[in-house]
Amino acid sequence: MSGVASPAAAGSVSDIANAVTNGERSAVSVVDAHLARIDDHEGAVHAFNLVTADAARATAAAIDERLAAGEDVGPLAGVPVAIKDNMCTRGVPTTCSSKILDGWRPPYDATVVERLASAGAIMVGKTNLDEFAMGSSTENSAFGPTHNPWQLDRVPGGSSGGSAAAVAAGFTPLSLGSDTGGSIRQPASLCGVVGVKPTYGAVSRYGLIAFGSSLDQIGPFTTTVADSALTMDVIGGHDPRDATSSTESFGSLVDVLDRGVDGLRVGLISEMTGGVIDGIAEDVLARVRAAAEALEAAGATVGEVSVPSSVYGLPAYYMVAPAEASSNLARFDGVRYGLRVDGPNTAAMHTASRTAGFGPEVKRRIMLGTYALSAGYRDAYYGSAQKVRTLITQDFDRAYADFDVLLAPSSPTTAFELGAKTADPLTMYLNDVCTIPSNLSGQPSMSVPFGVGDDGLPIGVQILAPLMGEPVMFQTAAVLENAQEDAS
Amino acid sequence: MSKLSRDDVAHVARLAMLELDDAEIDAFTEQLGSVLATADDMAALDLDSVVPAHHPLGLVNVMRPDVVQPSLDRDEVLAQAPAAEDGRFCVPPALGEQ
Repeated sequence: MSGVASPAAAGSVSDIANAVTNGERSAVSVVDAHLARIDDHEGAVHAFNLVTADAARATAAAIDERLAAGEDVGPLAGVPVAIKDNMCTRGVPTTCSSKILDGWRPPYDATVVERLASAGAIMVGKTNLDEFAMGSSTENSAFGPTHNPWQLDRVPGGSSGGSAAAVAAGFTPLSLGSDTGGSIRQPASLCGVVGVKPTYGAVSRYGLIAFGSSLDQIGPFTTTVADSALTMDVIGGHDPRDATSSTESFGSLVDVLDRGVDGLRVGLISEMTGGVIDGIAEDVLARVRAAAEALEAAGATVGEVSVPSSVYGLPAYYMVAPAEASSNLARFDGVRYGLRVDGPNTAAMHTASRTAGFGPEVKRRIMLGTYALSAGYRDAYYGSAQKVRTLITQDFDRAYADFDVLLAPSSPTTAFELGAKTADPLTMYLNDVCTIPSNLSGQPSMSVPFGVGDDGLPIGVQILAPLMGEPVMFQTAAVLENAQEDAS
Repeated sequence: MSKLSRDDVAHVARLAMLELDDAEIDAFTEQLGSVLATADDMAALDLDSVVPAHHPLGLVNVMRPDVVQPSLDRDEVLAQAPAAEDGRFCVPPALGEQ
């Protein structure tokens, strides 16, 4: 089965913004061209829960008028953007791909949505996801799966599969996703695009519908490292409306892209590249090693480094994330928004609404989290997991004493077939084995496309960095991207 | 850890305000049991002296000045509710039955 992938079809974020700002193209013509491409291929891909065509055209026309009047529209002037459907958009349905938010139109915009709009970007739609971002394939959506644009019988990864697919299909040059255990980096790897999970707190989570509050981060998908840097410059920075938002700044990421890696110390995480963690495919490992060689050729020194407790990341995560989810999702009770199924009293109404509204994976995680927090088990499960989190952070800190950035796979395999892993939840959870440790430690990491596997499908290499280490992470990513272009 | 039973699953479902049929209870008993078995791997670690990490940045008590800020429009918020009346959310009786 062939595909419709064409990341280049959407153009680059910076090219579009420059062309629109200089008057070479109108924002309306840009939006029309992207909507036409969506019309042609969305039926096969199903990246979107909703395409906001009319609103996008109206916004584009307003931007063209402001430009004609000599106004500065911002660094993302006229850039079409797709937003994962777990971020609030004022007046525009926001579903989390769940029946429980049926009909809900948020009364406010997420901070990231507001910042993109202020920079001149134009939202063209809300993208599909695993229900409440719980999954690694976008098959847990109440509205049906998204298909991988490279090969339509394969999954795009998840949970931000719709956002990754939108960029890979050339629908938009930019989309936003959220990453709780790998939900940006794994789909970026499977769809052959750049995906960034920033440092926890570096991007405001205000208006992101919470899954695991101590793990969730918003980040971009783009076709180039430079476009992700430009987007981070727009959406990052302190937000008083998110109490967990960092007041520190790492400065502009666009400014660091040409620094190179001369003298940089790059560490290959041995547990993820040497057989300690099972199930990582040989073709994926080969690309990670090739990336290390490319960085070495560009002047970096490469060594192996052990992050021993990272092998406990998966069990720790599958206690912490469901525990936080069970608490966060208690708010969906049929009272203030979304679905209500009536019952004879309040408690019966809560139960009936939640039972009808949540899908099987969400129920599974709520159950798991409720159990992990319940009397008698809290210390053994949730308590131990929070301690493992400390160990992982300490191991990473030790690694960063000797290395500036670390390398690992983003996903254990290339894109797998739809339906291949839906029967056994634990098999699906293993997709996140290389990405979870960064969420537990709060540290940044990103996936950069670096060639293809034996099946011809994309493989991403994961670059990890210390807290607020985005500059060194992006300068490494830029070198890797160039090496990839030279090789192909 | 002791093995998860069907009764445990039924009890947790009540705590979580979810109604499960017999087939779902069977499936969850097995699936949750296998996830919990992987969690038991953590018992191999010596965690007694490790301080739990509740938050990646270690933030505590983030405060803002106690000043009234603009807030969401009440009517707009209530318009999204399944039922609202007189500026309030409406629910069935909390005690007894309708």
